[in-house]
Amino acid sequence: MTDTPTEPLKRTPLHAAHLRAGARMVPFGGWDMPVQYSGLKAEHEAVRKGAGVFDVSHMGEFRVTGPGALAFLQSVTTNDVSKLKPGRAQYNWLPGVQGGLVDDIYIYMVRDGEYLMVVNASNIAKDWAHLSAHTAGFEVQLSDESDRWGLLAVQGPKAAELLQPHVDVDLSAKKKNAYFAAKLFGFDVMLARTGYTGEDGFEVFVDASEAETVWDKLLGIGLIPAGLGARDTLRLEAGFPLYGHEFSDTIHPLSSTYSWVVKDKAHVGREHISLAPAHKLIGLKLERVPVREGYPVKVAGQVVGHVTSGTSSPTLGHPIAMALVEAAFATAETFEVEVRGKDHPATRMDLPFYKG
Amino acid sequence: MTNTPSDLKYAASHEWLSADGTVGITDFAQEQLGDVVYVELPEVGRAVEAGETIAVVESVKTASDIYAPASGTVVAVNDALTASPELVNSAPYEGGWLFKLDVTGEGDLMDAEAYASANG
Repeated sequence: MTDTPTEPLKRTPLHAAHLRAGARMVPFGGWDMPVQYSGLKAEHEAVRKGAGVFDVSHMGEFRVTGPGALAFLQSVTTNDVSKLKPGRAQYNWLPGVQGGLVDDIYIYMVRDGEYLMVVNASNIAKDWAHLSAHTAGFEVQLSDESDRWGLLAVQGPKAAELLQPHVDVDLSAKKKNAYFAAKLFGFDVMLARTGYTGEDGFEVFVDASEAETVWDKLLGIGLIPAGLGARDTLRLEAGFPLYGHEFSDTIHPLSSTYSWVVKDKAHVGREHISLAPAHKLIGLKLERVPVREGYPVKVAGQVVGHVTSGTSSPTLGHPIAMALVEAAFATAETFEVEVRGKDHPATRMDLPFYKG
Repeated sequence: MTNTPSDLKYAASHEWLSADGTVGITDFAQEQLGDVVYVELPEVGRAVEAGETIAVVESVKTASDIYAPASGTVVAVNDALTASPELVNSAPYEGGWLFKLDVTGEGDLMDAEAYASANG
């Protein structure tokens, strides 16, 4: 992401902690964020084999309350929010009124008539405007709690083992997508067994004023601080689409393999989603040369799409990429990707590239 | 604290040039780039002007252009980087060199002290 900051970059409650840890900071979606601490590969590997912690406090939190909360959420999302029970989380989409996605989100059900929605950092203002414009006719209140919460993502196969001695609940009883209150190091937090790395893990919602103390304690029990660099390579290996790359206001949501997020119900923008997408998202494997967002993807010399995200996979040891290609070519096995004017062979690889 | 050998000359764009025309990227640059996974080297025989893009070093996250610190002709490239691009990280002034130039004119270069103070 390239930022041309016109206003000062925002800081998370952990900004000072990142500087103390020697993080390299970069502008990201209007925020001054850590891209890496010890090194991208080391952080990536720590999350695949042990456990790491990410500062994701830049993401936004909206609380949706009122007797009409469920009906409102049903109307502005594609997934079936009525399936949610208190203490459970659900991945969901905010479809746009003119096609594309306003955002991809997580919804956490607190109790009947109360939900927490987590949205992408760069979309906070846009999502707020979109949601506010669609509340008419519903008995619902929205509140923006983005500044209230610090959000830490503890991710990796050892996440539960490392956290267990310091929380007052039995983590083994909490399955994927559980959302529950706990005391962590004595602080009141909300924990969610969710994440964005392809590994087991927990997202920790902590009062912004206590976030730095909790972060320091997490480092103290052996969690490796991990930055946006590792977060991106991990999510890409796991085949997770990222807003602004695989999703946008103009990319058809069903281009990705996430058609299960769309349920048969009335919702904003439904007419667009009923149309077949002209492009499909595929995975590509390359032998040596890494390919980056925007590089042309070809079949027999003809451009059929472009790379949306690409990196050299630290786990697999070769370059991987996601690409949007014309639907007719989505099942082709061999492609070329143009890198600095030269075509390099690529083969289709099923998503996810890596399964934890 | 990064290493800046005193017997080399340095470009503001983080390439180093030795007296025999060998070119690489600095310790500071390799650390900024992070883990190098691919290096695109120039062809032997290519004539180049100082400041021209001549190679590309790719880390996990980004592709970075390498600029010629001098004008001249490419007389050798470091083939070891094809199999072991990580040499750029582990030995930026030795095994991780990029290419050699038959130098006809240097660009605007700094000595080690000036480069180190500019990137302190």
